Amino acid sequence: MLELPAYARSLGITVCGEEAGMPLLTVEFGPTVEGRPQHFHGGATAGLLETAGYAALHAALKASGRDPQLKPINITVQYLAAGKSRPSFAIGRITRLGRRNANVAVEAWQDDRARPIATAVMNILMV
Amino acid sequence: MQRTMNTPSARFDAREASKWFFRHGHTGWLGLRFTEQGDNWVELELPWREDLVGDSKSGVLASGPIISLMDMASGMAIWQAGGTFNPVATLDLRVDYQRPARERASVRGRVECYRRTRSAAFVRGIAHDGDPQDPVAHVAGVFMTIGADPRKDNPALQGDSADG
Repeated sequence: MLELPAYARSLGITVCGEEAGMPLLTVEFGPTVEGRPQHFHGGATAGLLETAGYAALHAALKASGRDPQLKPINITVQYLAAGKSRPSFAIGRITRLGRRNANVAVEAWQDDRARPIATAVMNILMV
Repeated sequence: MQRTMNTPSARFDAREASKWFFRHGHTGWLGLRFTEQGDNWVELELPWREDLVGDSKSGVLASGPIISLMDMASGMAIWQAGGTFNPVATLDLRVDYQRPARERASVRGRVECYRRTRSAAFVRGIAHDGDPQDPVAHVAGVFMTIGADPRKDNPALQGDSADG
Protein backbone atom coordinates (compact mmCIF):
# COMPACT_ATOMS: atom_id res chain seq x y z
CA MET A 1 0.00 0.00 0.00
CA LEU A 2 1.23 3.44 -0.94
CA GLU A 3 2.32 5.58 1.99
CA LEU A 4 1.47 9.24 1.69
CA PRO A 5 3.83 11.96 3.02
CA ALA A 6 3.31 13.44 6.50
CA TYR A 7 1.85 16.62 5.02
CA ALA A 8 -0.77 14.72 3.03
CA ARG A 9 -1.79 12.55 5.98
CA SER A 10 -1.97 15.57 8.24
CA LEU A 11 -4.21 17.41 5.77
CA GLY A 12 -6.54 14.37 5.76
CA ILE A 13 -5.77 12.93 2.32
CA THR A 14 -6.31 9.18 1.97
CA VAL A 15 -6.07 6.62 -0.84
CA CYS A 16 -9.61 5.43 -1.63
CA GLY A 17 -9.13 3.34 -4.73
CA GLU A 18 -7.22 2.68 -7.89
CA GLU A 19 -7.90 3.13 -11.59
CA ALA A 20 -5.70 1.72 -14.33
CA GLY A 21 -2.96 1.25 -11.74
CA MET A 22 -3.11 4.87 -10.59
CA PRO A 23 -4.11 5.61 -6.96
CA LEU A 24 -7.35 7.54 -6.41
CA LEU A 25 -7.05 10.03 -3.55
CA THR A 26 -9.68 11.81 -1.51
CA VAL A 27 -9.99 14.41 1.23
CA GLU A 28 -13.08 15.17 3.30
CA PHE A 29 -14.16 18.77 3.72
CA GLY A 30 -13.21 20.18 7.12
CA PRO A 31 -11.36 22.95 8.95
CA THR A 32 -7.90 21.92 7.68
CA VAL A 33 -8.92 22.54 4.05
CA GLU A 34 -11.38 25.42 4.48
CA GLY A 35 -10.64 28.79 2.88
CA ARG A 36 -13.55 31.18 2.68
CA PRO A 37 -16.49 29.76 4.64
CA GLN A 38 -17.75 26.40 3.34
CA HIS A 39 -15.25 26.26 0.46
CA PHE A 40 -11.93 24.57 -0.13
CA HIS A 41 -8.89 26.81 0.08
CA GLY A 42 -7.09 26.94 -3.26
CA GLY A 43 -3.91 25.83 -1.51
CA ALA A 44 -5.58 22.73 -0.08
CA THR A 45 -6.92 21.81 -3.53
CA ALA A 46 -3.40 22.25 -4.93
CA GLY A 47 -2.05 20.04 -2.13
CA LEU A 48 -4.51 17.28 -3.09
CA LEU A 49 -3.58 17.59 -6.79
CA GLU A 50 0.11 17.52 -6.07
CA THR A 51 -0.15 14.52 -3.74
CA ALA A 52 -2.15 12.64 -6.41
CA GLY A 53 0.49 13.55 -9.00
CA TYR A 54 3.31 12.11 -6.89
CA ALA A 55 1.24 9.05 -6.01
CA ALA A 56 0.66 8.38 -9.73
CA LEU A 57 4.35 8.76 -10.49
CA HIS A 58 5.33 6.43 -7.61
CA ALA A 59 2.90 3.82 -8.97
CA ALA A 60 4.29 4.13 -12.51
CA LEU A 61 7.89 3.92 -11.32
CA LYS A 62 7.14 0.92 -9.13
CA ALA A 63 5.51 -0.83 -12.09
CA SER A 64 8.69 -0.34 -14.10
CA GLY A 65 10.97 -1.40 -11.23
CA ARG A 66 12.51 2.02 -10.66
CA ASP A 67 13.00 3.89 -7.37
CA PRO A 68 14.64 7.24 -8.08
CA GLN A 69 14.64 10.28 -5.80
CA LEU A 70 12.00 12.78 -6.96
CA LYS A 71 12.52 16.53 -7.11
CA PRO A 72 9.78 18.97 -8.08
CA ILE A 73 10.53 21.20 -11.07
CA ASN A 74 7.22 22.99 -11.32
CA ILE A 75 3.46 22.80 -10.99
CA THR A 76 0.77 24.80 -12.77
CA VAL A 77 -2.69 24.68 -11.23
CA GLN A 78 -5.85 25.72 -13.09
CA TYR A 79 -8.85 26.47 -10.90
CA LEU A 80 -12.09 25.68 -12.74
CA ALA A 81 -14.81 25.84 -10.09
CA ALA A 82 -15.09 26.37 -6.36
CA GLY A 83 -14.45 23.40 -4.11
CA LYS A 84 -17.61 23.15 -1.99
CA SER A 85 -18.12 21.63 1.47
CA ARG A 86 -18.05 18.04 0.17
CA PRO A 87 -15.30 15.46 -0.34
CA SER A 88 -12.86 16.05 -3.19
CA PHE A 89 -11.15 13.38 -5.28
CA ALA A 90 -8.04 13.45 -7.44
CA ILE A 91 -6.15 11.13 -9.73
CA GLY A 92 -2.98 11.60 -11.74
CA ARG A 93 -2.07 10.40 -15.22
CA ILE A 94 1.48 10.06 -16.50
CA THR A 95 1.69 11.99 -19.74
CA ARG A 96 5.34 11.13 -20.23
CA LEU A 97 7.73 9.06 -18.18
CA GLY A 98 11.26 9.76 -19.35
CA ARG A 99 14.61 8.77 -17.97
CA ARG A 100 15.29 12.05 -16.15
CA ASN A 101 11.93 13.73 -15.96
CA ALA A 102 8.24 12.97 -15.82
CA ASN A 103 5.26 15.02 -16.92
CA VAL A 104 2.12 14.32 -14.90
CA ALA A 105 -1.44 15.63 -15.42
CA VAL A 106 -3.83 15.61 -12.47
CA GLU A 107 -7.57 16.23 -12.14
CA ALA A 108 -9.64 16.96 -9.06
CA TRP A 109 -13.43 16.80 -8.84
CA GLN A 110 -16.28 16.53 -6.34
CA ASP A 111 -19.67 14.93 -7.16
CA ASP A 112 -19.35 14.98 -10.92
CA ARG A 113 -16.21 13.58 -12.44
CA ALA A 114 -17.03 15.28 -15.74
CA ARG A 115 -16.84 18.68 -14.03
CA PRO A 116 -13.36 18.98 -12.56
CA ILE A 117 -12.81 21.71 -9.95
CA ALA A 118 -9.10 22.00 -10.72
CA THR A 119 -6.38 20.49 -12.87
CA ALA A 120 -2.61 20.55 -12.61
CA VAL A 121 0.40 19.79 -14.74
CA MET A 122 3.60 18.85 -12.95
CA ASN A 123 7.17 18.37 -14.14
CA ILE A 124 9.20 16.17 -11.82
CA LEU A 125 12.92 15.47 -11.98
CA MET A 126 14.14 11.96 -11.20
CA VAL A 127 17.68 11.48 -9.96
CA MET B 1 -2.88 55.08 -2.53
CA GLN B 2 -2.17 55.74 1.10
CA ARG B 3 -4.78 57.80 2.92
CA THR B 4 -3.81 60.68 5.09
CA MET B 5 -3.58 60.18 8.82
CA ASN B 6 -6.85 61.94 9.65
CA THR B 7 -8.94 59.84 7.24
CA PRO B 8 -10.53 56.89 9.01
CA SER B 9 -8.58 53.86 7.89
CA ALA B 10 -10.89 51.65 5.86
CA ARG B 11 -8.00 50.64 3.67
CA PHE B 12 -7.12 46.96 3.59
CA ASP B 13 -4.16 46.31 5.83
CA ALA B 14 -2.48 42.92 5.50
CA ARG B 15 -1.03 43.05 9.01
CA GLU B 16 -4.45 43.67 10.58
CA ALA B 17 -6.24 41.22 8.28
CA SER B 18 -3.75 38.48 9.17
CA LYS B 19 -4.96 38.56 12.76
CA TRP B 20 -8.28 37.02 11.79
CA PHE B 21 -7.37 35.31 8.50
CA PHE B 22 -4.91 32.97 10.19
CA ARG B 23 -7.01 32.14 13.21
CA HIS B 24 -8.98 29.35 11.55
CA GLY B 25 -9.36 27.18 8.46
CA HIS B 26 -6.59 25.98 6.17
CA THR B 27 -4.23 28.92 6.77
CA GLY B 28 -4.76 28.63 10.52
CA TRP B 29 -3.94 24.93 10.35
CA LEU B 30 -0.76 25.76 8.43
CA GLY B 31 0.12 28.37 11.08
CA LEU B 32 0.77 31.16 8.57
CA ARG B 33 2.13 34.40 10.02
CA PHE B 34 2.31 37.93 8.71
CA THR B 35 5.85 39.29 8.31
CA GLU B 36 6.02 42.34 6.02
CA GLN B 37 4.05 44.44 3.56
CA GLY B 38 4.46 47.21 1.00
CA ASP B 39 2.11 49.23 -1.21
CA ASN B 40 1.45 46.30 -3.54
CA TRP B 41 3.14 43.34 -1.87
CA VAL B 42 2.79 41.11 1.15
CA GLU B 43 5.16 38.67 2.79
CA LEU B 44 3.91 35.79 4.94
CA GLU B 45 5.75 33.07 6.80
CA LEU B 46 5.08 29.34 6.92
CA PRO B 47 6.79 28.02 10.07
CA TRP B 48 8.49 24.64 9.81
CA ARG B 49 6.53 21.82 11.38
CA GLU B 50 7.10 18.08 11.51
CA ASP B 51 3.70 17.18 10.07
CA LEU B 52 4.14 19.47 7.04
CA VAL B 53 7.16 17.57 5.78
CA GLY B 54 7.03 16.08 2.29
CA ASP B 55 9.94 13.68 2.63
CA SER B 56 10.64 12.22 6.04
CA LYS B 57 14.28 11.47 5.13
CA SER B 58 15.18 15.07 4.29
CA GLY B 59 12.94 16.91 6.79
CA VAL B 60 12.14 19.50 4.13
CA LEU B 61 8.70 21.17 4.00
CA ALA B 62 6.38 19.64 1.39
CA SER B 63 5.61 21.74 -1.65
CA GLY B 64 1.84 21.68 -1.00
CA PRO B 65 2.00 24.05 1.98
CA ILE B 66 4.29 26.33 -0.04
CA ILE B 67 1.59 26.61 -2.73
CA SER B 68 -0.93 27.51 0.00
CA LEU B 69 1.48 30.11 1.36
CA MET B 70 1.94 31.66 -2.09
CA ASP B 71 -1.79 31.52 -2.89
CA MET B 72 -2.61 33.35 0.34
CA ALA B 73 0.17 35.91 -0.08
CA SER B 74 -1.09 36.48 -3.65
CA GLY B 75 -4.64 37.22 -2.55
CA MET B 76 -3.43 39.54 0.17
CA ALA B 77 -1.07 41.35 -2.24
CA ILE B 78 -4.06 41.99 -4.52
CA TRP B 79 -6.09 43.45 -1.64
CA GLN B 80 -3.08 45.43 -0.51
CA ALA B 81 -2.59 46.86 -4.03
CA GLY B 82 -6.28 47.70 -4.44
CA GLY B 83 -6.77 48.90 -0.90
CA THR B 84 -10.00 46.92 -0.47
CA PHE B 85 -10.97 43.40 0.48
CA ASN B 86 -12.93 42.17 -2.55
CA PRO B 87 -13.11 38.41 -2.91
CA VAL B 88 -10.85 37.03 -5.60
CA ALA B 89 -10.71 33.60 -7.22
CA THR B 90 -7.46 31.95 -8.25
CA LEU B 91 -7.57 31.13 -11.97
CA ASP B 92 -4.04 29.97 -12.55
CA LEU B 93 -1.08 29.58 -10.25
CA ARG B 94 2.35 28.40 -11.31
CA VAL B 95 5.21 27.53 -8.98
CA ASP B 96 8.75 26.95 -10.27
CA TYR B 97 10.85 25.22 -7.64
CA GLN B 98 14.46 26.44 -7.66
CA ARG B 99 15.84 24.26 -4.88
CA PRO B 100 14.60 22.48 -1.74
CA ALA B 101 14.16 24.58 1.38
CA ARG B 102 16.82 23.97 4.01
CA GLU B 103 16.18 21.23 6.56
CA ARG B 104 13.75 22.36 9.27
CA ALA B 105 13.63 25.85 7.74
CA SER B 106 10.56 28.07 7.73
CA VAL B 107 9.65 29.47 4.33
CA ARG B 108 8.55 33.01 3.56
CA GLY B 109 6.39 33.92 0.59
CA ARG B 110 6.66 37.42 -0.85
CA VAL B 111 4.20 38.26 -3.59
CA GLU B 112 3.50 41.50 -5.46
CA CYS B 113 0.41 42.40 -7.45
CA TYR B 114 2.00 44.11 -10.46
CA ARG B 115 -1.14 44.71 -12.52
CA ARG B 116 -4.86 44.94 -11.91
CA THR B 117 -7.50 45.31 -14.59
CA ARG B 118 -11.27 45.55 -14.11
CA SER B 119 -11.63 41.79 -13.89
CA ALA B 120 -8.17 40.28 -13.40
CA ALA B 121 -5.18 40.70 -11.14
CA PHE B 122 -1.67 39.50 -11.97
CA VAL B 123 0.83 38.49 -9.32
CA ARG B 124 4.41 37.31 -9.13
CA GLY B 125 6.63 36.47 -6.23
CA ILE B 126 9.20 34.30 -4.56
CA ALA B 127 9.42 31.87 -1.70
CA HIS B 128 12.66 32.00 0.30
CA ASP B 129 14.10 30.53 3.49
CA GLY B 130 16.08 33.52 4.73
CA ASP B 131 17.73 35.13 1.74
CA PRO B 132 15.33 36.67 -0.79
CA GLN B 133 18.24 36.73 -3.28
CA ASP B 134 18.34 32.93 -3.21
CA PRO B 135 14.70 31.87 -3.60
CA VAL B 136 13.30 28.41 -3.02
CA ALA B 137 10.63 29.05 -5.66
CA HIS B 138 9.26 31.61 -8.09
CA VAL B 139 5.52 31.99 -8.57
CA ALA B 140 3.23 33.62 -11.10
CA GLY B 141 -0.53 33.75 -10.92
CA VAL B 142 -3.72 35.23 -12.32
CA PHE B 143 -6.79 35.89 -10.19
CA MET B 144 -10.33 36.93 -11.13
CA THR B 145 -11.84 39.75 -9.18
CA ILE B 146 -15.33 38.63 -8.20
CA GLY B 147 -18.14 41.10 -8.55
CA ALA B 148 -16.20 43.55 -10.68
CA ASP B 149 -17.71 42.39 -13.94
CA PRO B 150 -21.52 42.64 -14.19
CA ARG B 151 -21.75 40.45 -17.29
CA LYS B 152 -23.58 37.17 -16.79
CA ASP B 153 -20.95 35.18 -18.65
CA ASN B 154 -18.38 35.93 -16.01
CA PRO B 155 -17.84 32.47 -14.48
CA ALA B 156 -16.77 34.07 -11.23
CA LEU B 157 -20.33 35.39 -10.80
CA GLN B 158 -22.11 32.10 -11.20
CA GLY B 159 -21.90 31.21 -7.59
CA ASP B 160 -18.70 29.27 -7.88
CA SER B 161 -15.24 30.51 -7.57
CA ALA B 162 -12.13 29.02 -6.17
CA ASP B 163 -11.00 30.55 -2.94
CA GLY B 164 -8.22 33.09 -3.08
